[in-house]
Amino acid sequence: MSADRVEVGRPSVEAAAASPPLIEVKNAARWFDVSSPWLERVLSRKPRTVLRAVDGVSFSIRKGETLALVGESGCGKSTIARLLVGLYPLTHGSITFDGQPLSNMQGRKGLALRKRLQMIFQDPYASLNPRWRVGRIIAEPMLAHTQLSAAEREQRVSDLLTQVGLDPSDESRYPHQFSGGQRQRISIARALAVNPEFLVCDEPTSALDVSVQAQVLNIMKDLQRRLGLTYLFISHNLAVVHHVADRVGVMYLGRIVEIANRDALFTTPQHPYTRLLLAAIPDLTGQGKSRTPVAGEVPNPLNPPLGCTFHPRCPHAREQCKTEAPVMQNFKGIQVACHGVVQGWEML
Amino acid sequence: MRAALLKFWGSDLAWSWRHTPVAIVATALLLVLLIAAFGADALAPHNPFDLATINLIDALKPPVWHAEGTSEYLLGTDSQGRDLLSALMYGMRVSLLIGLAAVVGAMFLGIVLGLISGYAGGRIDALIMRIADIQLSFPAILIALLIDGVARAVVPGNMHEVIAFPVLVGAIALAGWPQYARTVRGSTLVEKNREYVQAARVIGISSPVIMFRHVLPNVLGPVLVLATVHLATAIITEATLSFLGVGVPPTSPSLGTLIRIGNDFLFSGEWWITIFPGAALVLLVLSVNLLGDWLRDALNPRLS
Amino acid sequence: MSNTTNNDGLSNTAGNTSTAVNSVDRAAANKQVNVLEVKDLSVEFTTRHGTLKALNEVSFTIAAGEVVGVVGESGAGKSLTGAAIIGLLEPPGRISGGKILLAGRRIDQLSDDQMRQIRGREIGAIFQDPLTSLNPLYTVGHQLTETIVTHLPLSWSQGRNRAIELLEATGIPAARERIDHYPHQFSGGMRQRVVIALALAAEPKLIVADEPTTALDVSIQAQIIELLKKLCREQGTAVMLITHDMGVIAETADRVVVMYAGRIAEVGKVRDIIHAPRHPYTVGLMGSIPSVHEHVERLVQIDGTMPRLNAIPQGCAFNPRCTKVMDRCKVERPELQALESSQVACWLYPEGKNNER
Repeated sequence: MSADRVEVGRPSVEAAAASPPLIEVKNAARWFDVSSPWLERVLSRKPRTVLRAVDGVSFSIRKGETLALVGESGCGKSTIARLLVGLYPLTHGSITFDGQPLSNMQGRKGLALRKRLQMIFQDPYASLNPRWRVGRIIAEPMLAHTQLSAAEREQRVSDLLTQVGLDPSDESRYPHQFSGGQRQRISIARALAVNPEFLVCDEPTSALDVSVQAQVLNIMKDLQRRLGLTYLFISHNLAVVHHVADRVGVMYLGRIVEIANRDALFTTPQHPYTRLLLAAIPDLTGQGKSRTPVAGEVPNPLNPPLGCTFHPRCPHAREQCKTEAPVMQNFKGIQVACHGVVQGWEML
Repeated sequence: MRAALLKFWGSDLAWSWRHTPVAIVATALLLVLLIAAFGADALAPHNPFDLATINLIDALKPPVWHAEGTSEYLLGTDSQGRDLLSALMYGMRVSLLIGLAAVVGAMFLGIVLGLISGYAGGRIDALIMRIADIQLSFPAILIALLIDGVARAVVPGNMHEVIAFPVLVGAIALAGWPQYARTVRGSTLVEKNREYVQAARVIGISSPVIMFRHVLPNVLGPVLVLATVHLATAIITEATLSFLGVGVPPTSPSLGTLIRIGNDFLFSGEWWITIFPGAALVLLVLSVNLLGDWLRDALNPRLS
Repeated sequence: MSNTTNNDGLSNTAGNTSTAVNSVDRAAANKQVNVLEVKDLSVEFTTRHGTLKALNEVSFTIAAGEVVGVVGESGAGKSLTGAAIIGLLEPPGRISGGKILLAGRRIDQLSDDQMRQIRGREIGAIFQDPLTSLNPLYTVGHQLTETIVTHLPLSWSQGRNRAIELLEATGIPAARERIDHYPHQFSGGMRQRVVIALALAAEPKLIVADEPTTALDVSIQAQIIELLKKLCREQGTAVMLITHDMGVIAETADRVVVMYAGRIAEVGKVRDIIHAPRHPYTVGLMGSIPSVHEHVERLVQIDGTMPRLNAIPQGCAFNPRCTKVMDRCKVERPELQALESSQVACWLYPEGKNNER
């Protein structure tokens, strides 16, 4: 198995638009039952509490593109990442990968599917088994999915380490002997071991220093170009998202409020939450413009507001927003869930 | 082998040992006792089980530093004329063997059940932990007595001696596994949610493989400390059971048996028959406990 | 009360007629005593593997009412500097050289008791994790009042009233009721406001804030930063803001100290550091930050990683990674030299001359 595929350029927008999406998520939801134990509930007459971590999310990702999901804590983006790789089962809705439902992930057939999608985690210190050597960590997917001989595996590990900018001799060392950025590269090497097509990246650089982040982001972009990878990139950092994404989805309390092409989202954001998020980014250019802080905080996800969940913090909220939850609609080339945008209210 | 030993000597653990006087003393003491116990065949001055060598005339001789003591029986003799020092060494061997076997058994059972309980969660976890809870509410001695009694009732009389050892080891092990299970379960619950386990699941590794190859190496740390403490407890439990007469058969007495035998003579002046086995037991358990204390502190993550 | 602050890096605060102190010469002529003066501070860690120098002759000053940002990546030593100033260095770390002067008075050699009196009254601290900064067993009001009456000559009820004022000033709604709540009853952002109130309770001269917003969501970050700026401006408190987040620095700081491997690489006004950095490390750092305004294919990348404490290169600590490295850099360590309104420790600018090729 060669380390590189034949150089695959990123598909042009037109070509990509013509092919069916690689990933299709329809109305996916993941609810967690966080109720108190039965006895306590009976005694205090409390109802069951359900945390709707992801509550009806739909999007699609085309081959070769990078879709970023941004949002603040509790918005559900990490849960979506885990739904997409089969770590959590769906409560309802559907996720298909190349036409096949992801619920097929269990068992023998699931193994073939798992080979094609992999994940990179946020914490470089916890995502590698501290007791295993790096070589073994990277080779593990090969053991599960391929019949390569030990020599072939060793060769591939060397190739992968070189690809991510490390030295092949590093395979005999332990994770704690590497820095955070280097460990993320080992994670990337592991994720690429069996040539997946799709990578879910859950805040891969959030725990890294800014110059190390630059290294890792550059590598990720290089690899995407060379291997024709498709990325789902989760982050809370809008600047990073601006650097890596083709399309961006903004999440709030388990729902997507806006999806648009990168440039459209950053230059003409439509949803009030998107606007406020962008206004809250610290301005490095030092124009002297003070940030307009967003009022309030993210409400308790166990008890979200009725209607549009953003209405308590929205400067443009009207009566309709308090009672009717908006649905995602196409609007001038983007998708957005906001009464005001769709109905053309004055929201400057 | 030599390289591995050198590497160990340079490790933080070895350094800590070298700089903790208590640990060095405890290790030295334990080594002496271990050599005395397991080298009993070679080192003991007499064989207290060879009826041919026992002389009733030599009964109740006091230790060598007394007026009537002789250098032949350094620590004196018991009512049968058996050399106390030799009996002590063989007795320690019995106690240690049973203790170690019980610890290994409890460790094995506890680790496996704890891993499964923590990783599987749900009903299996609840079931295993309830059994553990119930067992923990009984004193270990009681459980051991129970199992021992049942075994004696079930097994025909002539087999008693043969099964005494396995039953004793099994009883102490069964009394001890819940501690290991709980500790391992707690650590497993933490490790289960860590990202390297999630990564393994995403790769498609099966649960048993994840449990034993990924999680297990990372939860073993506290088990080691627990094992040293448990060794001390196991030895004492066995001693208690033997003291009560339901432990080892009298043909291979352990320290507990010796203490019991000597107890009758305590107030008639022949104090040495019970005090020396008692002292040996204390020294053995103390050295194991002190080593365990040091190990727990040494294994604690510290600022580098 | 004049409160004008423009982001050119100059700030006028109440009662402070001087502008931000920059070059070494001007400091000497300045009649104002600096709130904080750190001179050649060195911190060592003695482990069984040897002695590691975690801070190596670090020097900078903070004037009254000034906000100085201390930036650097993990391992640069910025948190350590903060800890040394507050007097919370954990053994085996210890101050092995240099001095720390608070309002002209030396504090690095004080006893624990004396340090304890200074902490709270003259130096306030804000840490990253609001969860662990507050004692979960006591109400917020109790902790605030306790701090106030310990350092100010007020009775408990007077202190409590002041605590309520402080909570209101930090924007906590219904302060009168919430003062009797426990920390876990507040959200993350609210807790950090309480921590700020706690830090400012005894009206200290200096606040040391170590990553105060890193654990918060971006929208809350903005609120907290605004709050900190406002309160410190009102009280004329100097702030030492330790963070790796340049965005926060850009908005809040007047001057910036850039640290690398236990040393200072560059000091300057915030605008200079961001738009016209001199030290190659600072240049690389600024270039590696992604921006929402323009799109680049590749971010500027500094190859390699920051050296570990036991492997700091000879000469300039940055030389193995520097694109402009010269022979001198590998042998001699550059000292901080004044260069216009900045200070740089780099052989490209020896003796304050701009030798950049």
